[in-house]
Amino acid sequence: MEKMPKWADVVLIPLISLLLATILSALVILAIGENPIEAVNLMVTGALGSTYGWGYTLYYATNFMFTGLAVAVAFHARMFNIGGEGQAMLGGLGVAIVCLYVPWPHWSIALLAACAASMIFGAAWAAIPAYLQAKRGSHIVITTIMFNFIAAALLNYMLVNVMRPQGSQDPATARFPEAVHLPTFQSMFSTAENIVFRGAPANISFFVAILACFVVWALIWRTRLGYELRAYGHSETGAVYAGISPVRITIIAMLISGALAGLMATNNVMGEAERLVLNSTEGAGFIGIAVALMGRSHPFGVFLAAILFGFLYQGGAELALWTSIPRELIVVIQALVILFTGALDNMVRMPLEKLFLSLRKEAE
Amino acid sequence: MTLMKSLMGAAATVALTAGAALADPALIFDLGGKFDKSFNEAAHNGASRWAEETGGTYREIEMQSEAQREQALRRFAEAGSNPIITMGFGMADPLSAVASDYPDTTFVVIDVTWLDAPNVRQVGFAEHEGSYLVGMMAAMASESGTVGFIGGMDVPLIRHFGCGYAQGAKAVNPDINVVANMTGTTPAAWNDPVKGSELTKAQISQGADVVYAAAGGTGVGVLQTAADEGILSIGVDSNQNHLHPGKVLTSMLKRVDVAVFEAMSAGDNVETGVFTMGLAQDGVGVAMDDNNAALVSDDMKAAVDKARQDIIDGNVSVVSYYENDSCPALQF
Repeated sequence: MEKMPKWADVVLIPLISLLLATILSALVILAIGENPIEAVNLMVTGALGSTYGWGYTLYYATNFMFTGLAVAVAFHARMFNIGGEGQAMLGGLGVAIVCLYVPWPHWSIALLAACAASMIFGAAWAAIPAYLQAKRGSHIVITTIMFNFIAAALLNYMLVNVMRPQGSQDPATARFPEAVHLPTFQSMFSTAENIVFRGAPANISFFVAILACFVVWALIWRTRLGYELRAYGHSETGAVYAGISPVRITIIAMLISGALAGLMATNNVMGEAERLVLNSTEGAGFIGIAVALMGRSHPFGVFLAAILFGFLYQGGAELALWTSIPRELIVVIQALVILFTGALDNMVRMPLEKLFLSLRKEAE
Repeated sequence: MTLMKSLMGAAATVALTAGAALADPALIFDLGGKFDKSFNEAAHNGASRWAEETGGTYREIEMQSEAQREQALRRFAEAGSNPIITMGFGMADPLSAVASDYPDTTFVVIDVTWLDAPNVRQVGFAEHEGSYLVGMMAAMASESGTVGFIGGMDVPLIRHFGCGYAQGAKAVNPDINVVANMTGTTPAAWNDPVKGSELTKAQISQGADVVYAAAGGTGVGVLQTAADEGILSIGVDSNQNHLHPGKVLTSMLKRVDVAVFEAMSAGDNVETGVFTMGLAQDGVGVAMDDNNAALVSDDMKAAVDKARQDIIDGNVSVVSYYENDSCPALQF
């Protein structure tokens, strides 16, 4: 028998957690002498109150969807891929090479090629830690986090010494040609008299992210491979008994995970910056971990959690723009939300379960 | 009571910011943050000096992500801030996209000199010239014949610093050995004093007895370790001689604070165009004060003054790393 109804598990607990985080954040804002109601108001209207705000929120959310899915897939096979950052960096390198050195006739073909390149580069970067884990038993957490640093060093070398245009002081590639610029929400949804999403970076890769959510859902719950992944995740010995090869599953799960993280580059490199900069991933690989945890490694949960984090990022930017709340405190607010919704889940769950049980007893 | 106080304080702050005049300047800090003990902090100092002297107010934001660069530019421009002052080469590309959309707004960008935009004041610094002078001082102060350079993140700008330094050192002593290290390849390299300290120790073991830190907050660790180990160090951007009096040979000044102060003082009719602040404009220089007076001999002072004049007159030319992406005096 279920301890409490499904709706409470899926909706009520996150909402209460969010509320607690908001209250605590409000106290923090109050303590530094700012008005918390004003601040929350700024965050909500800034991130969700206009198509411009949504344009930024969804742009960040797209990044987090890709990295969140990457972590979620590996998690189903009971692996902790914290190398999303490096894999996304390499994905960016793949996108930059494809966009800069091939003369594409149209963005749609370029997008397909960029997707393929980013997935191959991201997967390749995950392949080495995967091999080391599967064949040599080197722990995936250690190797993937080390590979983040190697990726940063590699990207730095490529941008400073190889791909930087002659004479430019900025360690970044040249701008991608006009033909490969992805359509933004502004160009997709604006009419002549009504311009929406003005200047916002959300672009067509948002739909790639939604597609990726569907594909991952189908993969995990509707295919034989997904079944093997989950079986391996639940019990390695059981999976081996059922004839599933741990080496094969480890490598495949990490390749898919790396490919998903790499795909993020279609959004931030191809869609937003339209060139490859050193700092292109900006921690989205790590936020992906929180997103996957909050979304319970389910693609729909990842989708919702990514939007929440997109809201926190864009709302935080608005706070930074219009108040004198220091940016360290904005990180504190974001961290509180992660803490309550991700890590302190049981704090809300246990009393709530008790409450529902006692309610049920009374009803009987 | 205290709660009431903070509530009222909060309300007062909101009221004050809401009533601010429209044509206030805005300042956009780079990712390093306002208190990086270096580049951004110099801008903050310039801006707060302006606010103190004139009683004016300004908006500011510290960047947290790359996507915010264009966002902050547009939002401040739409809110009527003028001029909008931005820090660092990372703003070059967003500015080239945004500036033409707001022709009535004047933008100021520090460390960028290559944009083609009529409403942008671009201020660059001849860091190689200032670094050349401190390189000379390093070579003259060195007894071991080995001097060190510790950069922050491995980007062309920092190689530019190191290149001038090596040229200056070699002008004094052609046989001098210049050891150069970069702290890292991620933005974390700007704020990693522990790594700076390790690199300093490594350079000391290679014989260096003067080290020059061009590494933002990382330099704090370099200067500390140099002082602890009894060798000399050279600070950067701001005057850092006072951090360890008698242990810091000098500091290579880069007057970002002056550039920001001037732009804010000129207000919305600040002159646009490309401005390079070199030795002649006092945009860069060497710091001489009571803290390092005992370390700087008369010979050293005379040589530096002469070289400074020679560079201004064009008799000595310091090669810029940017000219052909390589350095004649140092291999990176």
